Amino acid sequence: MEAVMKKTMTENSQKSAETEKMTDIAQDISKQKTVGKPFSDNAKMSMRNVNVFYADKQAIQDISLDIGKNEVVAMIGPSGCGKSTFLRCLNRMNDTIESCKISGEITLEGDNIYHPKQDVVPLRARVGIVFQKPNPFPKTIYENVAYGPKIHGLATRRAELDEIVETSLRKASLWEEVKDRLFSPGTGLSGGQQQRLCIARTIAVSPEVILMDEPCSALDPIATAKIEELMAELSQNYTIAIVTHSMQQAARVSHRTAYFHMGKLIEVNDTKKLFTNPEHDLTEAYITGRFG
Amino acid sequence: MQKSTGNKLSTIDLVNKNLKKRYRAEKRFRAYGIGAILFGLACLVVLFTDIIGKGHTAFLQTYIYVEVNLDAQQLDITDSTDPRQLAMADYQGVIKSALRKKFPDAQGRRDKRDLYSLVSNGAGYTLRSMLEDDPGLLDTNIGVWVLADDDIDTYLKSRNSEDVKAFIERMNPKKIAWVESLLADEHMELQFNRTFFTNGDSREPEQAGIAGAMAGSLFTLLVTIALSFPIGIAAAVYLEEYAPTNRFTDFIEVNINNLAAVPSIIFGLLGLAVFIGFFGMHRSIPLVGGLVLTLMTLPTIIISSRAAIKSVPPSIKDAALGLGASKMQVIIHHVLPLAMPGMLTGAIIGFAQALGETAPLLMIGMVAFIVDIPGGTSDPATVLPVQIFLWSDNPERAFVERTSAAIMVLLAFLITMNTLAIWLRKRLERRW
Repeated sequence: MEAVMKKTMTENSQKSAETEKMTDIAQDISKQKTVGKPFSDNAKMSMRNVNVFYADKQAIQDISLDIGKNEVVAMIGPSGCGKSTFLRCLNRMNDTIESCKISGEITLEGDNIYHPKQDVVPLRARVGIVFQKPNPFPKTIYENVAYGPKIHGLATRRAELDEIVETSLRKASLWEEVKDRLFSPGTGLSGGQQQRLCIARTIAVSPEVILMDEPCSALDPIATAKIEELMAELSQNYTIAIVTHSMQQAARVSHRTAYFHMGKLIEVNDTKKLFTNPEHDLTEAYITGRFG
Repeated sequence: MQKSTGNKLSTIDLVNKNLKKRYRAEKRFRAYGIGAILFGLACLVVLFTDIIGKGHTAFLQTYIYVEVNLDAQQLDITDSTDPRQLAMADYQGVIKSALRKKFPDAQGRRDKRDLYSLVSNGAGYTLRSMLEDDPGLLDTNIGVWVLADDDIDTYLKSRNSEDVKAFIERMNPKKIAWVESLLADEHMELQFNRTFFTNGDSREPEQAGIAGAMAGSLFTLLVTIALSFPIGIAAAVYLEEYAPTNRFTDFIEVNINNLAAVPSIIFGLLGLAVFIGFFGMHRSIPLVGGLVLTLMTLPTIIISSRAAIKSVPPSIKDAALGLGASKMQVIIHHVLPLAMPGMLTGAIIGFAQALGETAPLLMIGMVAFIVDIPGGTSDPATVLPVQIFLWSDNPERAFVERTSAAIMVLLAFLITMNTLAIWLRKRLERRW
């Protein structure tokens, strides 16, 4: 009995020593520099020294990152580390939050998207977003997909619109399932179908970049698998940035992975390398499950 | 875990002991709730019984059957197609002749005056409209039902009850004999009171109707709806979607909430000072009444519209914004259609309130005695609640029953509008 208790106590003390080391590093977080390959040669979107504040609280500290053309970049990290906030900056969705202040430079193919003269409307047509909880409009499936093209004037005749709707639904692997009920409500689909509908809606405006904020977290494994397949196909034509809580998902779908911790970008590397041989201690601690 | 020793009770024993008391308290609580509802229902029942009891008789009116000879000479009509001659003819004289023929025992001025007072002094209008419709009736004998005088009407309605004794003094034995004779011949009977719905106000109760008041209410309500609905929705959209969070916006919000609680007569004073005094508009027209009621209904509509807009899930707005919709497109394509059911419900309730408003309209002069039925928003008019108010002052039996009948009509409109609002709300409820 006593031997077991002694062994447990030693283990505990070892663990607490490690946790202390982690806490020390965590407190020095502001001094950490990003390791790995944050930049790329063929960048679609570039972020340099981005800081995001919600009123007085700083959510993102000095992040610099490139997202390459036709690349899938996954962003992982513990809850509250700022991944979603960072993602939403890329198409200025944070503009809707009054207390949010952003500094730094974010460019889309060289154009600064936060320039005072930059119109938010065409920006969002080039950078689309899919949200965590599927949010189809309470309209028919057809109208859901057709809304984007209509407001941007991408189709002038009904036949053109029909074509765009069909193409988008095919690209989102949803066409076969809904082709007979295009005019039934979008909200009548299952969760996985709704999320694919949202993806179809986003690609209907032919964006260049697609942002995905934990797109599968509200779905079952089979629906998730379908969407992961979809991402592989989509990455041939679109640049994709995906925030995910599931490391397995990041490992499956992305080319590069970025690890965030408490608002700082700790490490960015090729996905295989990050998950098998991470360069930073914090990354290793996260992926081996010591905290999350 | 408790050990059950000697005289110390275990937990379950304690629980059981208090159980009866707790259930009794629950029953009492339920009884209070049911009692409150029953009290409300009882008040409603008393209200409706009283009003319907007093007013239902007004929907029937006494008519007398007379055989008139439309003698062209007596009517002084030479050309039966000339509207002026038709309008100026002495129809009452023709009816008087018919009455004299029926009751030849009326001799002397006094008797004849009593005889003529059996029918309403507006009975001739019936003949006039018949002749205007069909000029070929000139110089023929026709039988026609004409309005009886309100004294006869009241006598007929109360002759089988206790009240008749107090009323007998207005009648004399001769008149009563004639009435009984007409009844026996089936030449006097109660018919549906069409005059109530086709005539405007009148000094004679048997000719008084609510058509003028209803038309006035309709035009006033139309002006109110046309102005307050768009302005209210636009203000709500601005406050919810565009207004920055600062002291000025807070100031606006506080004022709107306060205005919703301001007594309605103050709006009447405002209307009097601003619309009639400063802008010089006419008194007593539905346009001014509508403007005053717009001011009164606006806070209600703004508050309920804001609540409806707030209830639209932000995820829908985010989805639309993410696709590149501009702010205005998000509001028009998504927010307004989804908020519309709530807005409509609030608006209909506001309009039902406006329909029943009296005090502010009294202040802008809609208390006048208007006989003609208004044809538009610039004709002098009165509204139904004000008409009820004016008639309620009149102690004549016939006006008492008409007041209650008008109240029934007003209540019917209010119940219809509120039921429509509730049905709309249920029908358009969405589940996200």
